[in-house]
Amino acid sequence: METLFFLIITLVAIVSAILVITCKNPINSALSLIMTFFCLATYYVMLDAPFMAAVQVMVYAGAIMVLIVFTIMLLNIRVDSSKKHSHKLVLGSIIGFFTLLNTIFVLVKSRAALPTGPYSGEMLRSIGHTELVGREMFTNFLLPFEITSILLLVAIIGAVILAKKKI
Amino acid sequence: MENLNSYLIVSAILFAIGTIGVLTRKNVIVMFMSIELMLNAVNLTFVAFSRYLGNLDGQIFVFFIMTVAAAEAAVGLALIIAFFNNKESIDVEDVNLMKW
Repeated sequence: METLFFLIITLVAIVSAILVITCKNPINSALSLIMTFFCLATYYVMLDAPFMAAVQVMVYAGAIMVLIVFTIMLLNIRVDSSKKHSHKLVLGSIIGFFTLLNTIFVLVKSRAALPTGPYSGEMLRSIGHTELVGREMFTNFLLPFEITSILLLVAIIGAVILAKKKI
Repeated sequence: MENLNSYLIVSAILFAIGTIGVLTRKNVIVMFMSIELMLNAVNLTFVAFSRYLGNLDGQIFVFFIMTVAAAEAAVGLALIIAFFNNKESIDVEDVNLMKW
């Protein structure tokens, strides 16, 4: 049952990812990308990480995609009318295909290390994923967490300065 | 939980699709969305390995990647708007000042 579900979600994820890069209209690409993000959130739930799924839906499918859709609306872009360059399409597809082939070759050839960490599936389910992630983040990863705020501040200042009419 | 390899293969496929999108499209916004797709493929790898190894560090990394992606979206879209105001276009072929 879980395998069937996994296959269906995989099919939807890959088809919508292909639609992202093939649609002529950027709005359609954005909507397909939202679909892909929801599929990834489903994967996170299947991997016993419900908190990551919630963050995925809120941050990616919510915040970032709203930003992108607003930009498309603001720029009022008509359907992509750029001239075709078929050699670029072929070359790009070949490079992408070899990336995929290489990755799958490495995956088949290699074997991952045995599980060593303390967080088993039962533990994640009984204590709760959110609590465990919170504990980890506010003890071992406290400094990176605080530095993240500086990154966001820099991004805000950069966006405001870039969006000004006269730089 | 499914077996680890199936998640890794899905993530590899999504990453390859994102690569093809960045390399073949001319529209800056679609290229930007392809980059987001690649970031998400990497996030899936992180979460799958984290679950498999029983170690939450990978998921904390996903958290930071999401923060960086949000910052990147804010700055990148501001750049796209500035570009559009200058050139009246969002085709990457129109930014060729430094091309030789």
